[in-house]
Amino acid sequence: MIRLHDVHKAFGAKEILRGVDLDVAKGESCVIIGGSGTGKSVALKCVLGLITPDQGTIMVDGEDITKTGDRDAFLARFGMLFQGAALFDSLPVWQNVAFRLLRGSLKRPRAEAKEIAIEKLRRVGMGPDVADLFPAELSGGMQKRVGLARAIAADPEIIFFDEPTTGLDPIMAGVINELIREIVVEMGATAVTITHDMTSVRAIADKVAMLHRGKIRWHGPVSEMDTADDPYLRQFITGSPNGPIETLR
Amino acid sequence: MSVIARPLAALGAGVLSVLATVGRVGLFALAAFRHILTPPFYAREFLHALLHVGYLSLPVVGLTAVFTGGALALQIYAGGARFSAEQVVPQIVALGVVRELGPVMVGLMMAARVTSSIAAEIATMKVTEQIDALVTLSTDPMKYLTAPRVFAGLVTVPLLVAVGDAIGVFGGWFVSVQSLGFNPAVYLKNTVDFLEPNDIVSSLVKGAAFGVIATLMGCYFGMHSGRGAQGVGQATKSSVVAAAVLILAANFLLTQAFFAT
Repeated sequence: MIRLHDVHKAFGAKEILRGVDLDVAKGESCVIIGGSGTGKSVALKCVLGLITPDQGTIMVDGEDITKTGDRDAFLARFGMLFQGAALFDSLPVWQNVAFRLLRGSLKRPRAEAKEIAIEKLRRVGMGPDVADLFPAELSGGMQKRVGLARAIAADPEIIFFDEPTTGLDPIMAGVINELIREIVVEMGATAVTITHDMTSVRAIADKVAMLHRGKIRWHGPVSEMDTADDPYLRQFITGSPNGPIETLR
Repeated sequence: MSVIARPLAALGAGVLSVLATVGRVGLFALAAFRHILTPPFYAREFLHALLHVGYLSLPVVGLTAVFTGGALALQIYAGGARFSAEQVVPQIVALGVVRELGPVMVGLMMAARVTSSIAAEIATMKVTEQIDALVTLSTDPMKYLTAPRVFAGLVTVPLLVAVGDAIGVFGGWFVSVQSLGFNPAVYLKNTVDFLEPNDIVSSLVKGAAFGVIATLMGCYFGMHSGRGAQGVGQATKSSVVAAAVLILAANFLLTQAFFAT
């Protein structure tokens, strides 16, 4: 269970998170939606400790993340797919996937790590022939798949997906959505995805949380999203330029 | 704010900003050395840094040294001729190259070649979230990226300086023998006889200091890069300028420490 309570974060005078309260149950797939610059990525990075909140508490399975003793063990529970995949340019694909398995507390023999990497690549629909390529030799969709394989390489309990379909064509976006859903169900992992792609939301989510002006505006099951009467949520899911959400024209 | 107070306030803000940067760089350097001394150690990253910082810098160091040594011989011969002291060429070339020009030229070449590439690489990693990815994969970027590079600078640049010194002296010897009519064996004997152990030690110590400065500045500005292509460009430029200035300042301080009486 992930619990954010009254989380605030400002960069200089700019307040990004203004008291976020969100619960994500174990094994649940929660998708956070919201416009650009509403703090979705900041909220995710706060949970991982990449950004320190100014105020509020973040608990993972009842443990305050700022008081966790063994940071390595804490982070080993997480997998993350970054928006641009964030693959390491200097390493071949298999070493990217097996990064965590080649060092630290989860270190395995090199041959075993490569075997696991190839298995995870196969799971995301890529053959062993890509294992020795470098990230720069892959298309955007293939990089996302490799990023996904890296996120699941160490069988994490919690997986974060940051804009998993941004920059992909609709068919590739559909493939990535399907893969995410399958993997999350099959691993029984808790998943938090941030996106503004409504097709992704419907494909991936059990629960949806809408972040607006640094607060959770609406939170509920995906099945109730279309019938909810919140005007902000309605405007967002219909993509209407008219409504309470201010737009720049 | 009054007309008098405004420039004073701006001056104060500037001084505070410089002091804050000095403090941040100092803490960064301390953290880098702590990570060099404490496990885990990333041997592959260190070997890669050794190759990149040391071995691949050999051609540029060699070329710089040979031309500098040759030009120095010509200058000393021409200058010495004004008061009939042409024969001091071997001694002054040896002293000039080993004490000053060798380490400084190598240091500046490191700033140009190594600092810029480290800063651009790490800044690009930051902009593309690769640094965040390292953290989520339970890997400390200071330990994985900074420590191996700074340690490689500390270890390899003194060796590069030694090579640069030898090639610089060779450049002076070659020009003196080919163009200025010096006897090859006598030139070498004068060179060897004139140099003292302290000259060579100072050269190597300067190399170690410059190696640390060059790699540290690349890592610091890379890690603190702003966003986008502009951020990467700014980080690269700042790292090279800071490294070059610090290398020259450190050279002065070390020369004073070794040779001021």
